[in-house]
Amino acid sequence: MLEIKCPYCGKRSQNEFSYGGDASLKRPQLEKEISDKDWDDFVYFRSNPRGKHSELWHHVAGCRQWFKVLRNTATHEIFKTAKINEEL
Amino acid sequence: MDQNFRIDKAGYINRNKKISFKFNGKKYFGYEGDTLASALLANGIHLVGRSFKYHRPRGFIGAGVDEPNAQVQLYKGAKTEPNAVATLVELVEGLEATSQNCWPSVSFDFGAINNLLNKFFPAGFYYKTFMWPKNFWYKIYEPIIRRAAGLGVAPLKPDPDRYEHIFEHCDLLVAGSGPSGLASALAAAKNGARVILAEDKSRFGGSLLTDEVTIGNKKGKDWADDTITQLKSMPNVIVKNRSQVFGYYDHNMLVMNERTKDHIKDPHKFTPRQKLWYIRAKEVIISTGSIERPLVFGNNDRPGIMLASAAKEYMKVYGVLVGKKPIIFTNNDSAYDTAIEFKKNGIDPLVIDVRANSESSAIKEAKNLNINIKFSHGVINTKGYLRVSSATIGKLNSNKSSYESLENVSCDCICVSGNWTPTVHLSSQSGNKLKFDEKTDAFIPSQSRQNETTVGSANGIFSLKQSLDEGFNKGYELSNKITGKNSKSTTPTSNEKKYGSHEKFWCMPLPKNKNYKRFVDFQNDVAVSDVELAVREGFRSIEHVKRYTTLGMATDQGKTSNLNGLQLVSNIEDKIVPEVGHTTFRPPYTPVTIGAIVGREVGKYYRPTRKSPMHLWHEKNNAVFVDAGLWLRPRYYKQGKETLFEASKREATNVRNNVGICDVTSLGKIDIKGPDTAEFLNRVYTNAWMKLPVGKARYGVMLREDGIVFDDGTTTRISENHFHMTTTTAQAVNVLAHLEYYLQVVWPELDVNVLSTTEQWAGVALAGPNSRNLLSKLFPEIDVSNESLPFMGYKEGSLFGVPARIFRISFSGELAYEINVESGYGIFMWEKIIELGKEMNLEPYGTEALSTLRIEMGHVAGSEIDGRVISSDLSLEGMLSKKKDFIGKRSLNREAFLNPNREKIVGVVPLDKKTMIPEGSYLVKDSNATLPNPKLGHISASCWSVEYNNPFSLAILKDGKKKIGEKLFALSPLKNKNIEVEIVSSHYVDPKGERVRS
Ligand SMILES: [Zn+2]
Repeated sequence: MLEIKCPYCGKRSQNEFSYGGDASLKRPQLEKEISDKDWDDFVYFRSNPRGKHSELWHHVAGCRQWFKVLRNTATHEIFKTAKINEEL
Repeated sequence: MDQNFRIDKAGYINRNKKISFKFNGKKYFGYEGDTLASALLANGIHLVGRSFKYHRPRGFIGAGVDEPNAQVQLYKGAKTEPNAVATLVELVEGLEATSQNCWPSVSFDFGAINNLLNKFFPAGFYYKTFMWPKNFWYKIYEPIIRRAAGLGVAPLKPDPDRYEHIFEHCDLLVAGSGPSGLASALAAAKNGARVILAEDKSRFGGSLLTDEVTIGNKKGKDWADDTITQLKSMPNVIVKNRSQVFGYYDHNMLVMNERTKDHIKDPHKFTPRQKLWYIRAKEVIISTGSIERPLVFGNNDRPGIMLASAAKEYMKVYGVLVGKKPIIFTNNDSAYDTAIEFKKNGIDPLVIDVRANSESSAIKEAKNLNINIKFSHGVINTKGYLRVSSATIGKLNSNKSSYESLENVSCDCICVSGNWTPTVHLSSQSGNKLKFDEKTDAFIPSQSRQNETTVGSANGIFSLKQSLDEGFNKGYELSNKITGKNSKSTTPTSNEKKYGSHEKFWCMPLPKNKNYKRFVDFQNDVAVSDVELAVREGFRSIEHVKRYTTLGMATDQGKTSNLNGLQLVSNIEDKIVPEVGHTTFRPPYTPVTIGAIVGREVGKYYRPTRKSPMHLWHEKNNAVFVDAGLWLRPRYYKQGKETLFEASKREATNVRNNVGICDVTSLGKIDIKGPDTAEFLNRVYTNAWMKLPVGKARYGVMLREDGIVFDDGTTTRISENHFHMTTTTAQAVNVLAHLEYYLQVVWPELDVNVLSTTEQWAGVALAGPNSRNLLSKLFPEIDVSNESLPFMGYKEGSLFGVPARIFRISFSGELAYEINVESGYGIFMWEKIIELGKEMNLEPYGTEALSTLRIEMGHVAGSEIDGRVISSDLSLEGMLSKKKDFIGKRSLNREAFLNPNREKIVGVVPLDKKTMIPEGSYLVKDSNATLPNPKLGHISASCWSVEYNNPFSLAILKDGKKKIGEKLFALSPLKNKNIEVEIVSSHYVDPKGERVRS
């Protein structure tokens, strides 16, 4: 079980969190024209790196804040966590 | 006869406490402090079980976790436990154990015929033989193999015992209480670290229990006892025996299983049987010691052949002789201690040493005691069916490829030692890259990935002085890193014997024309010939050899066999061991009972149960409950001998004719505040929200970004910047997370706050033609007329002094209202409504009637919003705003979503107007078509329409709208039903929605 440092609450066990996918994903702006391909990339396509991955986690059984985690997908090493408005 | 093999005085058992126990139905005696293994050996019993494949008689190999053979079934009935390792089972009054994998008895086993046929059971036998005919596998081969290969028998009744989970944090976890572990724990504890010391056995001390050493002028065992006493007195230390650290997981999370009950004679009924500790440690010291390796020779698996260290442990710890005519067979010095121990107890051992000579102090001591030593000799083969009775020994030639002479020696036990294997399981589990150590001929830890350090013989260090040094140093260093303190302990002086090096020779060659089985893995019956065959057949990767031969795959996880197997493969392939590599070590290190993993999360404690504030009223009024996620909701209120069908029909009819009340507390409720709320709702719902007036509710549908319908519900504008959202019971949690995601991650510029208020409000629905009349009685000061409180209207009122929210919304399709009060007033509200509703024939209704009402009205719910449908599939395309963007809108342009022939919601009625259509049935054109019969759609929900008094179902049907009026078939192979049906509109009752607006 991972130990994740919520930027608001501190270190907590993984079972308090839920995973939220790639943190580098940007939702296309509303009301803006977008090609089928770009939209498909946003909805369906994710890279699946072995190694460093910036991702979102949600402290569901805690402060209910979404935040960013920089994690090694192969070793589970967590290098850094940050609030949504901070750089990883 | 009683305990004939017990030595006077020796051992740490309590001779004042005699304990009786049963083995295979016969009564025996042992002492308090015995294990089942030591007590059986004290009674001269070696034969305890049969091997897995050949059903060969088997006895004890070890004295601890490494034991591959001595697995027994404990007790009977619900309490029974299969595959208990006899060397770990502590003797307790009334213990009952039986042998496994044998029939009819352990001494005459029918399955042993496999042994005579062993030519036909080579490696990969099952894979090769049972391939065809294909349908023979399930009916014939598999059942026979399962019965023949079975280990113990799992209990058929629920486990009556209690298991608990503990979550603990510490600075340093020390796994193993041998000299290096004790030293580490003591040094760290004295330097202020919070320490947990775990020992898997009942006694602390590890090798100090059996080795003739001194530490700080004390006997090793006394130093261990004193150190434990000292550690136990310190407030920053938790000391645990009978506690196996079996798994090393991510981020220094280790799991330890503590045995808390089975060794106690009359435990309290609430004493948990085991406690599972989840320990998050800043640092871990792995001082798990090492396990002796067997030697490989002909028929080396007979009862009476065991590890030399185990024989010594039985003598020193339990005062038990494992035999009276022992042969000690070794390639190193450590086994001489076992010979010396026999000699001291008046038994003459014969030592067979494969080496040409050795000059260490242990050998000098043996020689001084006149112990008979045969250097350059090996044990070639053994005889004795149920117990070893003789050995063929031979003088090895100079290059150890064959024998110069052979002779037979009678014996009743053979104590073997093929040197030591560091116990690296935890370290490997942590991600440590192991390296091959030439000196010990085994893998040792090298590069840590997590915060762990291995010390002592687990790290390949076999001298006591070095182990103590390493323990004290590492304990100090790690504690200093954590606490920043500098209180350093000095290593006490120590005395030990000096041991020479071992010879890297462990597999005895076969004499000419002999084909003895030489076992490498005892539990799985893997012999040298099986490994040779696997390599000959082209298996190269050690992981493949493992799976093909089952080497190291049994419940003992190859603790004694792995390294011999590796060496064998490397010899055959003419490689060195590091080139062959090792198989992956995975948790658990020792088998863990499922009960311990489950803990207290059994039965109704499996998940929390959510109950509405009116729950007790429902219970008192004969509600039959149904699980709705975590919630318990009344399904129906049973009157007399009513069935579910009769009750729900009665309840639904009463709603249509009079008025009903339903507990809707479980609906998700989210309080939304902030100046940008309307804008936010406009983005998350598919319809328009900017112009919703204060005091009005609106129905909304949410999509996922991929365009699929996510959830639906109504949201009410309480005031300009304050909204009240409802979700389905099932999606309440997900909708909240969804809203939080968009507010925090995607559109942080929106000034909106969301908060779940599901449990803050108790909710009821009043539905039926009399509901307005009832509402006026509840809120006499409010104008509840259709003009003042129209459909989708909202008002606040006082329910006899209790602040209440009144929503005119309807799930049943009838004139209906929902009333919310603060949870604490829920029961007051409910009882008040029941009381005032009597004269209007008010009756409570449950979820079954609720479903009936919504199905015949054609309202969609979870069974239609199943993660595969888009708005237009559910006839909700009118809700899709063309004027604004919203979540998921862009996906609706995808080709598949624009296809006009998509599956759409329709109603379905059986032609006979009698047969209920099972939910999940497939709709097909021709019920007799050849298979696969093309599926046109499926039945999503079924009810008995109380309006028309016949069955009615909703279905998702290909090109559904165009099929209205057509006749199809509903097939349910599961229920063996074939029903001719007519497709109708999904709005079966009141298609224009006049009632809700009345
Ligand atoms: Zn938090």
